[in-house]
Amino acid sequence: MSDSAHPAVHPAPTTFIRKWVFSTDHKIIGIQYYFLALIAVFTGLALSVLMRLRLAWPAESWPWLETIFPVGFEGGVMSPEFYLAMLTMHGTIMVFFVLTTAPQGGFGNYFLPIQIGAHDMAFPVLNMLSFWVTFLSMGVMFAAFFVAGGAPISGWTAYAPLSALGEVAGPGLGSGQDLWIISIALFCIASLLGALNFITTVLNMRTKGMSLMKMPLTVWTWFTTAILALLSFPVLLAAGILLLLDRLGGTSFFIPAGLVVSDTVIENSGGSPILWQHLFWFFGHPEVYIAILPGMGVASQLLSTFARKPIFGYHAMVIAVFAIGMLGFFVWGHHMFVSGLSPFSALVFSILTLAIGVPSAIKTFNWLGTLWGGKIRFTTAMLFAIGFVSLFVSGGITGLFLGQTSVDVQLHDTYFPVAHFHMIMGVAAIFGIFGATYYWFPKMFGRMLHEGLGKLHFWLTFAGVNAIFIPMHLMGIMGQLRRYAESTEFKFMEPLQPYQEFVTIAAFVTAAAQLLFLVNFCWGMFKGRKAGENPWEATTLEWITASPPPHDNFGGRELVVNHGAYEYGVPGAPRDYVMQTDPPLETTK
Amino acid sequence: MPVAIAPPEVEPDTERQGHVPEPGGPGGGSGSDGESGRWGDGGGRRLRPDNYQLGMWLALASISMMFIGFSSAYILGQGTNSQWRAMAAPPLVWINTGILLASSLSLELARRAVASTELKRWMTLTCLLGAAFLVGQLWLWETLTRQGIYLSGNPHSSFFYLLTGVHGVHLLGGVAGLATLTARAWCSAGRVPARASLNVTALYWHFMDGLWIYLLVMLFFWR
Amino acid sequence: MALALAVLIWAIVLASVVLFTGEFGWFPPQISEHGDAMDAQFNLTLIVVAIGFILAQVALGYYVWRYRDRSGARAVYTHGNAKVEVATVLITAVTFVTLAIIGQRVWIDLHLEELPEDAVQVEVTAQQFAWNFRYPGPDGKFGKTVTRLINDQLNPVGLDSRDPASNDDVVTLNRMAVPVNRDIRLTLRSKDVTHSFFVPALRFKQDTTPGLAVPGHFKALKTGEYEIACAELCGLQHYKMKGFLMVMSDQEFEAWLKERAEF
Repeated sequence: MSDSAHPAVHPAPTTFIRKWVFSTDHKIIGIQYYFLALIAVFTGLALSVLMRLRLAWPAESWPWLETIFPVGFEGGVMSPEFYLAMLTMHGTIMVFFVLTTAPQGGFGNYFLPIQIGAHDMAFPVLNMLSFWVTFLSMGVMFAAFFVAGGAPISGWTAYAPLSALGEVAGPGLGSGQDLWIISIALFCIASLLGALNFITTVLNMRTKGMSLMKMPLTVWTWFTTAILALLSFPVLLAAGILLLLDRLGGTSFFIPAGLVVSDTVIENSGGSPILWQHLFWFFGHPEVYIAILPGMGVASQLLSTFARKPIFGYHAMVIAVFAIGMLGFFVWGHHMFVSGLSPFSALVFSILTLAIGVPSAIKTFNWLGTLWGGKIRFTTAMLFAIGFVSLFVSGGITGLFLGQTSVDVQLHDTYFPVAHFHMIMGVAAIFGIFGATYYWFPKMFGRMLHEGLGKLHFWLTFAGVNAIFIPMHLMGIMGQLRRYAESTEFKFMEPLQPYQEFVTIAAFVTAAAQLLFLVNFCWGMFKGRKAGENPWEATTLEWITASPPPHDNFGGRELVVNHGAYEYGVPGAPRDYVMQTDPPLETTK
Repeated sequence: MPVAIAPPEVEPDTERQGHVPEPGGPGGGSGSDGESGRWGDGGGRRLRPDNYQLGMWLALASISMMFIGFSSAYILGQGTNSQWRAMAAPPLVWINTGILLASSLSLELARRAVASTELKRWMTLTCLLGAAFLVGQLWLWETLTRQGIYLSGNPHSSFFYLLTGVHGVHLLGGVAGLATLTARAWCSAGRVPARASLNVTALYWHFMDGLWIYLLVMLFFWR
Repeated sequence: MALALAVLIWAIVLASVVLFTGEFGWFPPQISEHGDAMDAQFNLTLIVVAIGFILAQVALGYYVWRYRDRSGARAVYTHGNAKVEVATVLITAVTFVTLAIIGQRVWIDLHLEELPEDAVQVEVTAQQFAWNFRYPGPDGKFGKTVTRLINDQLNPVGLDSRDPASNDDVVTLNRMAVPVNRDIRLTLRSKDVTHSFFVPALRFKQDTTPGLAVPGHFKALKTGEYEIACAELCGLQHYKMKGFLMVMSDQEFEAWLKERAEF
C-alpha cells in the first residue's frame, strides 16, 4: 500500500521502462489498454472473416489458406473444429479484450481522471497492475491457439458439461479449454482491480466544484460500468474456479451422474449443468451493459458537443444509465428460457427484461432531443455518434422479441439473437469506440486524424454493418441456427445460402474498410495536423489542458468547476460554449 | 505511510454562484440542481472517506459477490443432489476457529494500543495467530485426506475443500499484509506506524474472520 | 453531408421494412396447435417494434438534416423537459409490460397445460450427434435404463432387459413418428452434453440438459416429414445433428411402431 493517496506527489518518471512500460500514469495505461484492444479487435475481425468465408462457400477449396493454416484448412477446406475454435475465440476476444477493455480500460482510464479534474487514479499502482494482468490474460488466451488440440470449441459461453468433460467431448476441449478458463479468471481479477479503482476515483478524487451532477455523462457511464464489473466479475471468477476444479480436480460441480460420452462412462456424479448457466449469465448479462454503457456516455458527450446544445434531460440520462445497470442484474434468466428453467421464473425474467426497454427509450428520446434545435457540426466523431444512436435503436428494439418467453422459443439460438447482440453490444459499442477515438485522438496524441479518410471510414462502416446484420435477423426468422459450421445439411436452411453469401460479401467490404481506420490512425500519429488545446470547442475539463496533457494533467493548476458539463449555446455568454472552469457568468439572477 | 490527509481547508461555496437559471425542467447540471451535502458540496476534499478505506470496502463487496456465487452453488447442490452426504465438523475446526477469533481480538488490541512497543507486540501476535490458523487448516485437510475424504469425493466435501481453500488464499493475503505492516513497525524505531493502513488491514482481517464464521455455519449447521 | 446521412438512415429504414414484409423469406410453415398463437405474438411484437423503429430512425434522419449547422443564431438553449420524460416513461412502460404479459399466455399453455391421460409418450435422448427416441410400447410404461449398459450400436439408451417393462420399449434412431392431432408428451434427456431439440415447423425448442428429464408437449396438426435440428452447441458435428419428425395417421403410427417392435 505504498502508492500515494494523493497522486499529485508521484513524480514524472524518467526511465523508458517506468514511463512507457510499467507506468503508473493513467494516461499511458489508457493508451496501453487501447493498443491491446486494437490488436484484439483486428484478430477478432480476421477470425470472423474466415468464418464468413466458410459459411458462404462451405465446399469451396482455398489452397492458399492451407499454406497459412496447415491444420485448420487441411485440403484447402476449413475443418469444422477450426470453425468452432474460431467461433469461440472470436466471441471471447471481442467480448473481453475489445468491448470490455477499450471503452473502460482505454478511454475510461485516460479521461475519467481528467474529466473530474484529478491528477491520476486513486490507486496508480493498482491501475498498472490491472493492465498487466489483462495483458497476461490475453497472452494466455492467445496461447490456446497453439496448444495440442487447438483452441476450445465450446463457444464463448463455455456451457458445461461440454466445457467440463475434457478432450473426450471434442477437440480443443483439453488444454485449450484449460487455458481459456485461466485466461478468463485472470481477466476477472484485472477487471475487479480496475473497477474498484474507478469507483474510488469518482467518489474521492473530484476537484473543487465538481459535484456529481456536474460530471460529464461519460464519467457517469464509466462509474456505473465499474459498479457492474465489481459485482458481476467475481461471480464469473467463482464459476471459472468451479469449472477448473471439475476439469482438473475431479469434482462434479457441473457434471451430473450417468453421463456417457462417445461410449465412455463418465464417473462423476451429482453436478448441475444449469448451475453453470446461472452463474455465467449472472455475469453475462451485466457484461452486455459493461460493453455498451460507456458507448452511451460517449454518444451523449459527442451529440451535445457537436449539436452545440446542452444534453437534453441530463438528470433523466443519469437515472436511465443507473436503471439500465441495476435492472441488468435481474434479467439473466432470459438467456435460459429454453434451458429447463422453471416456467414461473421465466415469466418474471421476461417482464423485468422488457422493463429495460423503458430507460433505453428514455436515452434514445433524449439523444433525439439533444439534436432537436441544434446546430450540428458533421465531424467524423459526430457521424459515429449519430450512427451509434441509429444502431442502438435497430439493435436494442429487437430485444422486445427475445425478451418474451413465447417469441424467444422459436428465435433462441438462431441468427436472430446473433444479429441482435452484434448490433447492440457489438457494432453499436464499436461505434462508441470509433466516435471516442475520432474525438479524443487529438487530446491523446496531440495530432488530428484525417477527417476525409475518417468520413469515408464512417460511410462504409455504417452502410456495411447494416447490410450485414439486418438481413441476419431475417435469416434467424427463417430458422438459420447459430454456431453451425455450414447450413447445407438441413432442407429448411437451404433457401438461406444466398443470404449467407450476401452477408459474407458485406462483411468483407466492412472489414476492408477498417484498414482505412488503421491507415488514418498511423498517419495521424506521426503526420496529422497539430491539435490545439480545444479543437472541438468543447466544455469538459480535458479541453483546458495541453494536447497531450502533462504528467499531472493540468500542469500544477488546481481547478475550480463552475458549470455543468454541457453548457453550449448559453444566451449572453461570450462564446457559444461555456467551459466547466469558466468564471461564473455575470448575467445570473 | 504517505497517506496524505487533506488539510481541512475552507472552500468558497462555488456551487451557489451558478449562472443562467434553467428555463424549466430537469436541469443540465448548472447551478440550480440543488445537489449538496453528502459528497461535500461539489466535491472539495472535505467529508471524503479515505481512499484506502473506500477501496477496501469495494474489494470486500466484490469478494462477497464471489462467495455469494459459491453459496448459491452450494445451496443448489444441497437441494437437488441425491449424492449429497454432509460430513460432520471435524474437531480441529473448532480449534482453528478459536485461533482466528483470537487473532481478530489481538488485532483490535493492537489498534487500541497507545504505546508503539505494545502495538508492535500485539501485531506480531496477530500475525502468528493468522499463520497458525492457516497451518491448522492445512493440518485439517491432511487429517481429512487420511480419513479418505477428498476434494473429488462427495459434493459436500468438494465444497468443503473449495470454500476453505478460497478463504485460505484470501487469508494468506491478509497475513502477508499484516506481516508487512508489522515488519515496518519494528523497523521504524520508535515511530508510530500509519494508522490508516492498519485500519484498512484490520477491516479486511475482521471481514475474513466473519466470512469464516459464515462458511462454518453454512458447511456444518445449515441444513 | 447532412442530407446524405439522412438519406442513408431513411434508406436503411426502407430496406428493413421491405425485408420484413415476408416477401424475402419468413418462418417455415407451422403445423402445431400452439404455433399460430406464437406467430401471432411475434406479429404483434413486430408491429410495436416497427412503429418504434420507424419513428426513431425517421426522426433521427430528419433532425440530422433539419438542424445541420447553418450560420446564424445559436442552438436552442434547453436542458430538457421533465413532463416529456415522464410521458415517455409512462407510454413505453405501459406498452412493453402489456406486451410482455400478453406474450405469457402462449408460454403458460406451453408449459403448464394438463395433458389428457391418453397422450402419446416419447422419450428423447440426445447424444453427440444423434437423436434416440423411445416409445413405452403396449404396456405404456418406460422400462428401467442403466448407464453401464449403454452401447451406441446395440443398446443406445441402456435398456435393462431384466425389467419386464423394458422389453417392449421401442427405440429408434433419428426418426420420430407421432400420430397427427394427438397430444404428444415428451421427456427430454441427454446422454452427454447439452443439446436442444428444435423442430422449426412445430415452433418447438427445448434444451436437453444432461442430468435432467425436462418435460414438453406438442400436438401436430398436419401429416408429413419435418426436420429436427440441434439448437445448442454440442461439439464438432453440431451442424450435422439431424433427425426427422414423421407426423402420420393413427393407423400408420400403430403399424410403424409394430414394425419397429418386431425388428
